[in-house]
Amino acid sequence: MATIVLDETGVPRRQGSAWQAQMGPRTERIVLGTAFIVAVLVAWQVVTALGIEPPIILPSPSDVVGAFRELFSSSDIWADFAASGEELLYGFALAAAVGIAAGLLIGWYPRLGYFFDPFINLLYAIPRVALGPLLVVWLGIGLSSKVALVFLIAVFPVLVNTSSGIRSLDPHLLRVARCFGASDLKIFRTIALPGSVPFILGGLRLAVGQSLIGVFVAELLGAQFGIGAMVENAGEQFQTDTVFAGLLIFAVAGLLLTAIVRWLERRFDAWRV
Amino acid sequence: MAIARVSTLPETPVEAGLGGTSSYLYASKVSVAYAGRDADIVTAIDRIDLSIDRGEFVCLLGPSGCGKTTFLNVVAGFLPVSSGVLTLKGKAIDRPGPDRAMVFQQPGLLPWRDVLHNVTFGLEMSGRMRRREAIVRAGELLELVGLAEFARSFPHQLSGGMQQRVNLARALAVRPELLLLDEPFASVDAQTRESLQAELLAICKAPEVTALFVTHDIGEAVFLADRICILTSRPGRIVREVRVRLPKPRDEVRLKPEFLAYVQEVSGVLRSAAATAGKSENREEKRHGDDRP
Ligand SMILES: Nc1ncnc2c1ncn2[C@@H]1O[C@H](COP(=O)(O)OP(=O)(O)OP(=O)(O)O)[C@@H](O)[C@H]1O
Ligand SMILES: [Mg+2]
Repeated sequence: MATIVLDETGVPRRQGSAWQAQMGPRTERIVLGTAFIVAVLVAWQVVTALGIEPPIILPSPSDVVGAFRELFSSSDIWADFAASGEELLYGFALAAAVGIAAGLLIGWYPRLGYFFDPFINLLYAIPRVALGPLLVVWLGIGLSSKVALVFLIAVFPVLVNTSSGIRSLDPHLLRVARCFGASDLKIFRTIALPGSVPFILGGLRLAVGQSLIGVFVAELLGAQFGIGAMVENAGEQFQTDTVFAGLLIFAVAGLLLTAIVRWLERRFDAWRV
Repeated sequence: MAIARVSTLPETPVEAGLGGTSSYLYASKVSVAYAGRDADIVTAIDRIDLSIDRGEFVCLLGPSGCGKTTFLNVVAGFLPVSSGVLTLKGKAIDRPGPDRAMVFQQPGLLPWRDVLHNVTFGLEMSGRMRRREAIVRAGELLELVGLAEFARSFPHQLSGGMQQRVNLARALAVRPELLLLDEPFASVDAQTRESLQAELLAICKAPEVTALFVTHDIGEAVFLADRICILTSRPGRIVREVRVRLPKPRDEVRLKPEFLAYVQEVSGVLRSAAATAGKSENREEKRHGDDRP
């Protein structure tokens, strides 16, 4: 029978068995999470070893490792990284700058909010990857259309989060500041800006993942270099193991970038107990 | 009386029509109404007359919801009066000013600033002091409220009572002439509350500091006040003023028979004041009834 114990945060937690109770919740989380990944890999290897599907449909994990080795033996992969990295960096940086600035303004001035919110919500609601072909028509298949697509995809989560961060500032703090005769500019600098940092970072974290989608889709629409283009080429030539390798690169890039933003969030979160 | 009462002339000639008074803070027939739902109007305070001299310590005492916070807010300049005259040093109050500081019931500290920089916050906002000076001043005030060693802590590392002391220090840092305090010690444990009350009294000993203090606690009011104004239930009116003639400092006063006599007198008045509000309570119930679909 399961018993209820209190963990160190004082929250009741069901105690499954003795070995589980010996681990902290953090270790438990890591062990369980890793266990599932390992299980999937093993199942995958077993299925492929049984030869149910030919490698051209479902390559084994070791095929994918081989594909990695091959990819990194050529210098083309670095050109792919450079191209995708450039698109991601420019698009994301632009989205962060515009999204934060516009979000602050729209959140701070209610009238701007009334004016822009419906339009922003409309754009936020449509699947923005669908704008890709349009952007190619307008901007060609060079860097600019790719940056534009990444920007359009990533800017909205930043903007919407930032403005809602400003709107959800503690009204009591604003009252305290007014009570001391603070000007709007001072209130903005000392309360609105630091108060909305967690929201801004949350928006950036969402935007990172979305930017990667943008990079991938933009490269599908036509590109010489880039991880997305590499995956697309490999797919056309039925190099399925290379396709898997490319997907893994995207996954790792997403995890890494999200981890960086999470780390920033935790630093700024220290005070929000 | 032990307290020095400095009677000052108003700095500007009293304007005609503002009531012609030499009081520091002067309220005549001040009413405040809030716009409720559907054109409904909630009268929070009703024709309050009050005049306070410079250096006085006045407590407002009244049942919950009678408009004490509302009155502080109009004096602070957050809220316009609906009717009546309200002047500070002869000038109508129309906005917050650096001569007033409010200590709210909730600490309202900035969670991302350490204690020291929370205390300098008021000084920064009013922009009357250089950064360096502000930090020195904040240090002095933390010393005064007994939190010097917590200057580098963050608000979430402090107990509720300590946070409230930071709140008090922040208000005192700007050297306000008029301190507005809204149940500042309500969330503080009894021992801390008594020591904070004594500290506050010591701070307000300075003849130029005037205090308007809102509380539910009769003992607190008697301990602190030169004068206690007792309000009825909403809409709040001042039904009675009790002048507390206990010598200051009042450190040992709480068990003295005079103190207890004041407590008894005030609680008697308060009980009858709460009872006089039957009319408005009925009205409120009726309104709630009408709200139902
Ligand atoms: N923003 C508001 N809008 C509408 N009505 C309000 C508002 N603030 C207060 N009121 C009403 O005004 C009355 C007085 O409120 P106020 O906060 O001044 O009471 P209080 O005496 O400070 O009460 P407490 O002792 O519980 O703090 C209340 O009955 C409340 O219904
Ligand atoms: Mg109140």
